[in-house]
Amino acid sequence: MKRLIVILSLFAAPLWAVQPDEVLDDPALESRARELSKELRCLVCRNESIDESNADLARDLRLLLRERLVAGDSDTQAIDYIVDRYGEYVLLKPTTSGANWLLWLAGPLMLLTAAGMGWAFVRNRSTATTSAEEALSTDEQERLRRILGE
Amino acid sequence: MAVAEPAAGIQFLLTAFAFAALVWSFATSDFSLRVVTLNSHSAKPMLYKISGTWGNHEGSMLLWVLIVTLFGAMAAWFGGGLPPALKARVLAVQSAIAVAFFAFILFTSNPFLRLAVPPFDGQDLNPLLQDPGLAFHPPFLYLGYVGLSMAFSFAVAALIEGRVDAAWGRWVRPWTLAAWIFLTIGIALGSWWAYYELGWGGFWFWDPVENASFMPWLLAAALLHSSIVVEKREALKSWTILLAILAFGFSLIGTFIVRSGLLTSVHAFANDPERGVFILIILGVFTGGALTLFAARAQVMEAKGVFSVVSRESALVLNNILLAVGSFVVFFGTLWPIVAEMFFDRKLSVGAPFFNAAFTPFMVVLGLALPIGAILPWKRGKLARAAYSLRFAFFLALALAMLVWAMQTGRSALGPVGLFLGAWITFGAFVDLWSRTGRTGKFARVLRLPRADWGKAVAHTGLGVTMFAIAGLMAWEVEDIRVTRIGESFQVGGFTLTLDAVERVPGPNYFSTMATVRLEKDGRQVALLHPEKREYPVSRMPTTEAAIDYRFLRDVYVVIGDRQDDGGWTMRTYIKPFANWIWAGSLLMAIGGLLSLSDRRFRVAAGARKAPTGGVPAE
Repeated sequence: MKRLIVILSLFAAPLWAVQPDEVLDDPALESRARELSKELRCLVCRNESIDESNADLARDLRLLLRERLVAGDSDTQAIDYIVDRYGEYVLLKPTTSGANWLLWLAGPLMLLTAAGMGWAFVRNRSTATTSAEEALSTDEQERLRRILGE
Repeated sequence: MAVAEPAAGIQFLLTAFAFAALVWSFATSDFSLRVVTLNSHSAKPMLYKISGTWGNHEGSMLLWVLIVTLFGAMAAWFGGGLPPALKARVLAVQSAIAVAFFAFILFTSNPFLRLAVPPFDGQDLNPLLQDPGLAFHPPFLYLGYVGLSMAFSFAVAALIEGRVDAAWGRWVRPWTLAAWIFLTIGIALGSWWAYYELGWGGFWFWDPVENASFMPWLLAAALLHSSIVVEKREALKSWTILLAILAFGFSLIGTFIVRSGLLTSVHAFANDPERGVFILIILGVFTGGALTLFAARAQVMEAKGVFSVVSRESALVLNNILLAVGSFVVFFGTLWPIVAEMFFDRKLSVGAPFFNAAFTPFMVVLGLALPIGAILPWKRGKLARAAYSLRFAFFLALALAMLVWAMQTGRSALGPVGLFLGAWITFGAFVDLWSRTGRTGKFARVLRLPRADWGKAVAHTGLGVTMFAIAGLMAWEVEDIRVTRIGESFQVGGFTLTLDAVERVPGPNYFSTMATVRLEKDGRQVALLHPEKREYPVSRMPTTEAAIDYRFLRDVYVVIGDRQDDGGWTMRTYIKPFANWIWAGSLLMAIGGLLSLSDRRFRVAAGARKAPTGGVPAE
C-alpha cells in the first residue's frame, strides 16, 4: 500500500485515460485505435489496459499506437510494432504461440472431458434399471400394498 | 461429542469479543495500535473508521475467522435436527478451519500489535476504500467465502460417516444457498463500487482478485444445483461432495491470491510472502486432506436415482459441467501468467480480452440451455414437449432481438444476442411458473406454489436481466471526450450538457474540485450533476467522483478531469444504457436465493419430529 501511494503521488496531477488532444481527426482510425488500445496493457499499472489507464506510459503508448495507425500500419502491424519494443507482456490477450496453446485449449479440452464423463454418467443412470431403490423388500412391498389399498 | 456445541458457541463469542475490541480501537482512533495508525485518521468520518477495521490485512483476517466461528455457532445453536454424530463432526471440521486461521493471525498478522510511541495521528485509509459501497463489500464477500466452509464441513463430515443421502442434501443446501446469496451481493457491491468510483464506468475487469471471488461463486452456483439432485433424486452424490470441497478450496485460493499479493492488483493490500506461504499450507492441508478422504471414500456413495437422458437430472449435469468448466477457465487464465513465467520463462499478461473470448461462450450456452433444462420433468422428459411449451418464449425473444437488430443497423451483434438470451431466460422462467399451475389459468395457484419454485423463477430471471444488461451496456455505450470551457455546451447522444461552474470545496478529510454540469434533453433540464476530483492531503491521493444521473433505461455518467492551459476542463461523458440492470439482475438473483432459502421444506424436514432451521438469518 505504501508503494502504491508512492507510485500514485508521482503523478501529482493525475492524467486521464484518453485525452482530448490524443484523439485522431479521422473517426474510423480513432475507433480502430480505441479497440486496439483495449488489448494492450499499461506496463506500470495493475491489470489495466492503456485505454483505461491514467499513467504517463500508457499515454505514450496510446500516442505511439496512433502514430503507427496514421502511418498506415494495419492492426496486426501496429500491435507487432509495440510487442517488438515492449515484449509480449503488453498483450492482454495472449497469443497462441508456444506453450500458450495450453491456455487457449484448456477450456475446450476440459469441456470435452467433462462432457464425456457427464454423458457416460447419464447413460449409466438411464440404463441401470434394477437399482436398490426399485427392488423393494417384502416388508416394504407389504407396506406399499397397504398404503395403495387404502 | 456433546462438547462440540458449547465449544462452538464459546469460540464464536470470544472471537466476537476480540473483533469488537478492534472495532472499538478504530472507532476511538487508538493510535497505540499499529493497524489503527497505518489505516485510520482522526478526521475520518465514523462510518469509515469502523469500516477501516476490515480495510486492512490484519483486521480483515480477524473478520474472516469471526465469520467462520459465526457459522459454526449457527450450526450449533440452530441445527437441532441434525443427528448428533454428524453435527459434532461438522462442528469439529469447522473449528479446525477456525484454528488454522487463528494460528495464521497469531503468527503472521496480529492486529493487536502495539506501538511503543503512539503518533499523534494516523496515516489514513486508502481514499478509494472510503466509500459506502466498499464499506460493506468485504463483509458480504467474506460471509459468502466463509459460508462455503459450512458446505465443506458438511462434505467432510459426510465422508467421515460414509453416508450421503437426501437428508444430507437438504441440510447442506441452505448453507450453500446462504453463502451464494452473500457472494452474489458482495460481488455486485464491488462491481457497483468500481462502476461509480473508478471514473470510467467499468464494472468488471477480470482482475485476479475479482476472479478470486467469481470462481467460488460459479462453483457455489453449481453446488446449489447439484445438491438439489442429491436431495430429490439421490444421484450425483460424490460429485456434489467434490464440488463442496472445491468450492471452499477456491475460497481459500481466493484468500491466498488476495492476501499473498502473488498476483498484484488494485485490491492487494498485503505483499508479504510469509503470509502467502502460511495460507498455502492451510489450503494444502484442508483441500488436500479432504480430497484424499474423498478418494478413499467416494466409491461407497452409490447413486440410487435412475433417470433417462432427457430429464431434469441430465439438464442439471449439463449446468454443472458448464459452470465448473467456466470456473476452470477463469482459474487457468488467472494463474497462467505465473505458470508461464515459472515453467516457460515467458512474462505475459492474461487480461479482459482473453476472458471475454474464452469464458463468455460457456455462459451463452448455459443461457440457451437454461429454460429448456428448467422446464424438463425429473426422471424422464421429452424434448419436443419442453420445446412446445416454450415456443412463445422463444419466438417472442427472437422477435425482440430481430427488432433491435433492425433498429441498430450495422452495429455489433452483441446487443441483440444479449437481448435474445435475457428475454429467452426471463420468458422461460414465466412459462415454467405458468406450467406449474397446470395451465389452468388460475392465478391464485401461482401464488400458492412453493417458495422454492418462486426462488428458481426469480433467480433465473435475474440471471437473464444481468446477461442482457452486460451485453447492452457493452454494445450501446456512447462516449465523449473533450475540453470544455465554463459556460460552454455540447451534445452527447441526444443530451445537451453545459459546464456551469467549477469550484473548490472542502470536505471532511479532503479538498474537492467540484463542477456543476447541467444536463438537458429537448430544452428541458433533466438533472444538475456535480462530478468531483478529490485530493486527500494525508495520503496525498487523488480520487475521482463521477456524477451519475441514474435512470431506468440509461445512466448519464460525467467525469471532470484536469484544467487545461487555455482555461478549459477535460470532460468525459458516457451514456450507459441499462447499467442499473446489471445490479438489479444480481439483486433479483439474491432475492431468488432468499425465497428458495425460506422454502418450507428447509424449516420442516419431512419425517423429522423437530424442525431444524438450517439457514442463517439472512439480512
